[in-house]
Amino acid sequence: MKRWLAGRVAQAVVTFALAAVLLFVLMRLAPGDPLGRLATQRPLTPDEVAVLRARYGLDQPLARQFTAWAGALLHGDLGTSIEYGRPVAGLIAERLPATLLLGGAVLLVNFTLGLWLGVQQAIRRGALVDRGLTVLSLAGYAMPSFWLGLVLAWLVGVRWRVLPPAGMSDPLLDPAAGLGARAADLLAHLALPALTLAVVSIAATMRYQRRAMLDVLGFPYIVAARAKGVPEGDVRWRHAWRNALFPVLTLFGLWLPILATGSVFVESVFAWPGLGSLAAEAVGTRDYPLLMGATLLVSALVVAGGLITDLAYAVLDPRVRFG
Amino acid sequence: MGSLRALLGVTWRRPSARIGWLLLGAVLAAALVLPPILPDPAAQPDILSQANLPPGLGHPFGTDMLSRDVLSRVAWGARVSLSVAALAVVLSVTIGAAVGLVAGYAGGRTDAVLMRLVDAALAVPRLFILLLLLAVWERIPLAALIVILGTTGWFATSRLVRGEVLRLRGEDFVRGAEALGAGRRRVMFRHLLPNTLGPLLVAATLGVGEVILLEAGLSFLGLGIQPPTPSWGGMILDAKPVLVTAPWSSVFPGLAILVTVLAVNLVGDALSDALDPRSA
Repeated sequence: MKRWLAGRVAQAVVTFALAAVLLFVLMRLAPGDPLGRLATQRPLTPDEVAVLRARYGLDQPLARQFTAWAGALLHGDLGTSIEYGRPVAGLIAERLPATLLLGGAVLLVNFTLGLWLGVQQAIRRGALVDRGLTVLSLAGYAMPSFWLGLVLAWLVGVRWRVLPPAGMSDPLLDPAAGLGARAADLLAHLALPALTLAVVSIAATMRYQRRAMLDVLGFPYIVAARAKGVPEGDVRWRHAWRNALFPVLTLFGLWLPILATGSVFVESVFAWPGLGSLAAEAVGTRDYPLLMGATLLVSALVVAGGLITDLAYAVLDPRVRFG
Repeated sequence: MGSLRALLGVTWRRPSARIGWLLLGAVLAAALVLPPILPDPAAQPDILSQANLPPGLGHPFGTDMLSRDVLSRVAWGARVSLSVAALAVVLSVTIGAAVGLVAGYAGGRTDAVLMRLVDAALAVPRLFILLLLLAVWERIPLAALIVILGTTGWFATSRLVRGEVLRLRGEDFVRGAEALGAGRRRVMFRHLLPNTLGPLLVAATLGVGEVILLEAGLSFLGLGIQPPTPSWGGMILDAKPVLVTAPWSSVFPGLAILVTVLAVNLVGDALSDALDPRSA
């Protein structure tokens, strides 16, 4: 087990290191250099751009650029944002909590409603409910998240005035308001972005759960339980679902890239002050160090998600450890 | 190819996939037939009196803030989005198949190195790779956009093909061909590749949906298809300021994306079930 664990952790570290190198190469392969487009958006003279190039080390040979960049990265230094003039790591740390809150809310919806719907589909396999839910969830998956966000902000936020269409808190809220009122305000602002991301991502959860449940329902021990006269509800939830929950773990690893991608669009549409809107902003201002920092963090999260999934498997299923 | 026809037949017999085929047919027909008979998508007849007209007889989908016909732009956008997606997917599936074939058949160090690199590439969500690559362009040419979309989409496909090749490598027909003196290239392209066509077809179908969504998202961020070329994502970006007063100019391009991607995914879903009956 210890050897397996050490090997798996080493593999994750190598994967991330390779990803970081690939990203660095990618940036340098792209036509022009990261600062080449700065002057198109700002009143900068060529001399000022040259000073910036020197500050970011872009006038150095490629190998030296790489060692400087990688060395800083090892120390947790992601460079300095061009737009903000502040360390990228600090900016990202400020924006991370909002994204984690949004992601956590979406995860909660997915792993309650999504799992339940997937089970319902499996036990009614082939029926109208099953096929209808498949089409509906695929329709959600086929929606561009930014468009769904805009439509919801327009209908629910502006037209019907049910929920706030943007931001994370009401600027007019009394600063002396109690914790309850502030939490209610936060939840109201969270509702639309979380709903948008849940709609576009729930299909994956439902399909995984449906498939896993179908697999388990085909096992002989289910037939045996039914033959023994175990009530159908117990067969489904106590016998089948427990084992069908297991493959859904894999989804956690698949889920992070979907969430990261969706949050770029959804956070910008709803002006949610998270990592996604920060990345979209960095694209708009051509703030390369910031965009690179956000990308590295997302990749680290994806690698860590895969690692955690595998570890959870190993803890729950001895066949992984000893197989 | 007989099995391919059988595969398509299976999807036609399934109601949800038949809806997918019909929707896809409708989108393709609209993309082919409508543009020539509709007003010029770039024409701005009268910005003062004909901008933001609601859907009506003259303009079934209304007009946008520059008085352009929304239906015409949606139909032109279909041509652009579908061809960009189709070309990008052909590129990514070709690269993915080639890398997967080589890694799976060569095995050993080649396989280990290629798959480590693919793992690393898969750790970065595709959108972020695209953002980093596209942000350096002032106005990206359409061809470059297609190449970039195509070369960032093959990682998962190569894993898929490699897995198939590993499974097939020990089969009798492959060993037989090798025993008869078939060269590596012949084994790869005549014996292994044809047997991975099914999974490749599924990957390609689902890939089209993914690229349409990605391209729309990039165009929405101003990084994808450049104006004045009409694109669905670009239309939604343009219409953002008038979302409340003229919602039709963003609702219809969004619906076009939804219908097209749903159609493609319904077909892809049925194809993958047909290949793996366990899940149907």
